[in-house]
Amino acid sequence: MIDLHRPIEELAAGVRAGEVTATELVEASLAAIEANESYHAILEVNEKALTSAHEVDALVKNGDADKIGRLAGIPFIAKDNFLTHSTHTTAGSNILKPFKAPYQATAVEKLEAEGAIMVAKSNMDAFGHGSSTENSDFGPTKNPYDKTRVPGGSSGGSAAAVALGLACFAIGTDTGSSIRQPAAFCGVVGLKPTYGLVSRYGVIAMGSSVDVIGPLANRVEDAALVLDVLAGRDPRDATTIERDTASYAHPSASLKGKKVGLIKEYIGTGIDPKVKAAVLLAADKMKKAGAILEEVSLPSVDLALAAYYILIPAELSSNLARYDGIRFGHSSKQAKDLAEIYLLSRNEGFGVEAKRRIVMGTYVLSSGYYEAHYKQAQKVRTLLVREFEAAFTKFDLLIGPNAPTTAFKLGEKSHDPLAMYLSDVDTVAVNLVGNCAISIPAGKADGLPVGLQMIAPQRAERELLGAARATEELLA
Amino acid sequence: MSKITPDEVRRIAALANIGLSDEEVTQMTGELGRIVGFVQQLQSVDTTDVPPTDQVTGLVDVFRPDEVRSDYTREELMANAPAQQDGFFKVKRVLHND
Repeated sequence: MIDLHRPIEELAAGVRAGEVTATELVEASLAAIEANESYHAILEVNEKALTSAHEVDALVKNGDADKIGRLAGIPFIAKDNFLTHSTHTTAGSNILKPFKAPYQATAVEKLEAEGAIMVAKSNMDAFGHGSSTENSDFGPTKNPYDKTRVPGGSSGGSAAAVALGLACFAIGTDTGSSIRQPAAFCGVVGLKPTYGLVSRYGVIAMGSSVDVIGPLANRVEDAALVLDVLAGRDPRDATTIERDTASYAHPSASLKGKKVGLIKEYIGTGIDPKVKAAVLLAADKMKKAGAILEEVSLPSVDLALAAYYILIPAELSSNLARYDGIRFGHSSKQAKDLAEIYLLSRNEGFGVEAKRRIVMGTYVLSSGYYEAHYKQAQKVRTLLVREFEAAFTKFDLLIGPNAPTTAFKLGEKSHDPLAMYLSDVDTVAVNLVGNCAISIPAGKADGLPVGLQMIAPQRAERELLGAARATEELLA
Repeated sequence: MSKITPDEVRRIAALANIGLSDEEVTQMTGELGRIVGFVQQLQSVDTTDVPPTDQVTGLVDVFRPDEVRSDYTREELMANAPAQQDGFFKVKRVLHND
């Protein structure tokens, strides 16, 4: 059986050269998915994946290999909040259980246009609300390193799938931690691009002023290649920004002379000493490789989580208002009139965390609380933007952990919403300021992966990926 | 800042069109109280003369041509409707005569 952990470029070149077939890659993927069902990383397999593989192979056989793109025959997995043609799209929520999308996400279209094949949809905290996948209405995913632990979230299914080798890469979304934290917990690479760099058309919205799409992969090089396919303006998403004309793929690995700031607040109180030790060791190795390392203080990052849990519930409560039980999704059988369709369909269809966040968001936006909570949080967001901007006049790169702990136990935090929210403490600030960031594996603590978070200014993906590639080599 | 009460949770849930059960209201009152207590820390931050931020990339006025497109048929777009009739979404009664 082919190991899908191998470099994407190598496998795609093999497909184009006829050394390995897309069918073999997809069969390997489907077999791995079946063999690892007990991890519950996958919600639905794409039954048309093999047909797509045959089409790729037919092109190769007919001598048209040059018509296939850079991801020829590469199996990938999409988080279940990406709209896709050939499967259901549930966002991990019962309210969308019957939903089949009439159109596809731009991200999926772009990957398929390069020859990649979507083999399955991955599990997630419903609507992205969570940090463990325990908020999936279809049951949690288990951590590939320890089945009694969470894979992180909300893109926990995507991260576990990559770690387990169920496909060559996965795509996820990151609103507050949802690519980086699960990548850290599962020992894979997770890239959160600059806000607006990747089109969100056809992706189920959570916090529209922060949501981004990015890859989870086995190595920085693979994430860079996938980013290069995904990035760019999309007329169907007015929030997209211009991409670099140069490729994001093959970033040059370099740390020499790079000014790196270790964020003091992220290694202060509350961090597991073993996670701290792994981050400090990584920092030390970067220094020995020629980086100029210094500690930096961003005092407002301590406020970021509170601002996040005002702004994002506000945005998501608005985004989830569209689930009305009338146009699509779950509709209550008990409803006797129009008002009851709304009230009952939403109560039956949304899980407890979605309801909690909708109520929280509605509260902070409601008359009398808007100025005190929402407006104030937006002002704190400005303070964060200013502090990051100031830090990046002195540093090329900021580093820290992705989360204060390694993967926690299933059930450990699921009954305490606030404790769960606190696991996002090291990641949410980056979303509020829109910068790009990456989590790369930085060793293990007690057998569980630790991730190093690297943060760069907006639109500095190439520099970020280059530094990440160099650091990845040091930590391997 | 006012304390979160069960009545407050009921009022907010009604604004959000979610019909919470009494049990859910009780549970959410406590949880929401703790979350609001946590975010309360922002109240002590001095934000005098600090403007609010609602977007971070500086994009302004993104235009596209205003063109009619028909990429999908009515059937495709309505395929997920829980109830439909003659190509329209079907809803339950809105007004009560009794």
